[in-house]
Amino acid sequence: MSSLTTAAGGIPVDEARIHARAASETRQDAFFRGLLFSAAALVLIVLSAAAASMLWGGRLAFQTFGWNFIFSDEWDAVGGHFGAWVPIYGTLVSSAIAMIIAIPVSFGIALFLTEIAPTWLRGPVGAAIELLAGIPSIIYGMWGLFSFVPLMASSVNPWIDAHLGYLPFVGPLFHGPPLGIGMLTAGIILGIMVIPFISSVMRDVFRTVPAALKESAYALGSTTWEVVWNVVLPYTRSAVLGGIFLGLGRALGETMAVTFVLGNSHQLSASLLMPGNSIAATIANEFTEADSDLYLSSLIGLGFLLFVVTFIVLAIARLMLYNLARKEGR
Amino acid sequence: MSRAHGLRYRRRRLTDYVARGLGTVATLFGLFWLTWILFGSLSQGLHAINLAIFTQTTPPPGAEGGLANALLGSLMMSFLGVLIGAPVGIAAGSYLAEFAERRPLWRETIRFVNDILLSAPSIVLGLFVYTLAVRSVGHFSGWAGSLALAMIVLPVVVRTTDETLRLVPNVMREAALSLGIPRWKVTVQVLYRAAAPGILTGVLLGLARISGETAPLLFTALNNQYWASSLDSPMASVPVVIFQFAMSPYDNWHELAWAGAFIVTAFVLLLSVGARAFLLRNRVEATS
Repeated sequence: MSSLTTAAGGIPVDEARIHARAASETRQDAFFRGLLFSAAALVLIVLSAAAASMLWGGRLAFQTFGWNFIFSDEWDAVGGHFGAWVPIYGTLVSSAIAMIIAIPVSFGIALFLTEIAPTWLRGPVGAAIELLAGIPSIIYGMWGLFSFVPLMASSVNPWIDAHLGYLPFVGPLFHGPPLGIGMLTAGIILGIMVIPFISSVMRDVFRTVPAALKESAYALGSTTWEVVWNVVLPYTRSAVLGGIFLGLGRALGETMAVTFVLGNSHQLSASLLMPGNSIAATIANEFTEADSDLYLSSLIGLGFLLFVVTFIVLAIARLMLYNLARKEGR
Repeated sequence: MSRAHGLRYRRRRLTDYVARGLGTVATLFGLFWLTWILFGSLSQGLHAINLAIFTQTTPPPGAEGGLANALLGSLMMSFLGVLIGAPVGIAAGSYLAEFAERRPLWRETIRFVNDILLSAPSIVLGLFVYTLAVRSVGHFSGWAGSLALAMIVLPVVVRTTDETLRLVPNVMREAALSLGIPRWKVTVQVLYRAAAPGILTGVLLGLARISGETAPLLFTALNNQYWASSLDSPMASVPVVIFQFAMSPYDNWHELAWAGAFIVTAFVLLLSVGARAFLLRNRVEATS
């Protein structure tokens, strides 16, 4: 039913058409909202489905080996026995070396970019450091294999072996042949790779410290270092830790860069100069060679372990960074 | 003022100098690796570049050849990855920024999960796509590779879309809504126009990120020494070919790997620097 009324300006208005239009627009809005909602839900689904599919794919390995899958260091593809301790150990050790290098260097870079450098230099240098994050990991790996490994083999490893290899207690860590490839090389390359991630978070959070706080400390006669150590760092502590965990998450899951230089060895060795393996490198190297269901399942199970560990680390990182965002009142 | 005071003052000054010095050294340390890696791989690669790279397919060991099939494979899979990942990412980002105001908990959960996906190891996504699209079908394919790449593009685009839309001033929404325009039209015709440079930057950064991705392609698209007949068959890509060739003992394969490394690095860096410059220019225009 169509009733014609007249609006204020004397223009005829078809109320029924207006209602029909409003109804159709409401429907369109609901449809659009539903579409966007399902896209957002897909993000959640991808992550949980990835976890579930790997748990399912790795169930054969988990059932067969139980806890031995994690704690046994015997990885025997021919005999069909898979214990992942060597890759797990390699992942942890190479990431630890990476963090030992990356944390102080990133802090230094953040310090330089917020307090030391003249203002005109901060932009270009910051952009250059961030460029490191843009280089694909396969390039790191290839550069590592062809440029960095020869240097390690010819000068760095022999020096370490001669000077640190015979120390009491820590000696076995640094004693080994000058192969060039190995845990130490992989750790150093990982360290270089995560520097831009950690330093850019640190720089960004250092900038959020209210100027009044810093100026008060300067007015009391503090040096730049004292301001950073006693004012800036305590103020940004949780976010700085968040940035470090973010870098750790990257280091744990990095694949290509370490696959090139780790040496793909399943022999457990105390020395950092010896070839080793990591979870991601094992999967990358052996996945297409896996000829039995148990082998394949073990590799997918490894992927599940990696996923769980990085998820926890990255979750901690985000929670710590989230605290800072809230403190700023954003 | 005693002597002890002077000593302490000097020690504080010294600590400060040392800290500043170490900060500068740390920065030089970072720049040193950047120059070495960048110029090392670019100069090595430049020597290996020739016309055959772009016209011939990947050779068997010892023979001459190029990377043409791998380049085409990379191009197709990256393009398709963006084509699948970007629209979903833009939609999800729009939901977070525009349509989730009544469900803050749900919104923050998605943001949190997206941030984790953003830094999650790409090899894990490769494993997921393997079970999803390779094992179930029974063979490796370019489709599976594209899907894996799409999952890497997705979180990048979600995040940039979400952030850019939140930067659009509320006045725009209010002005458009006060005209009685439905919300979907406000989003598509008003907000997307204002946010277009930021969203496009996100898509380009996503493309830059997947152009060098290797791990997720290893067991989804696998590799192919010849031209792939279709997206349904295994497909070569530049990063995977670099991996295979660099790890081989053959010199001519190494040369090709360096050429591939040059192409990938140059493309990725130009793309990411270009995307940032583009965003910067448009931001400046918007404020002036």
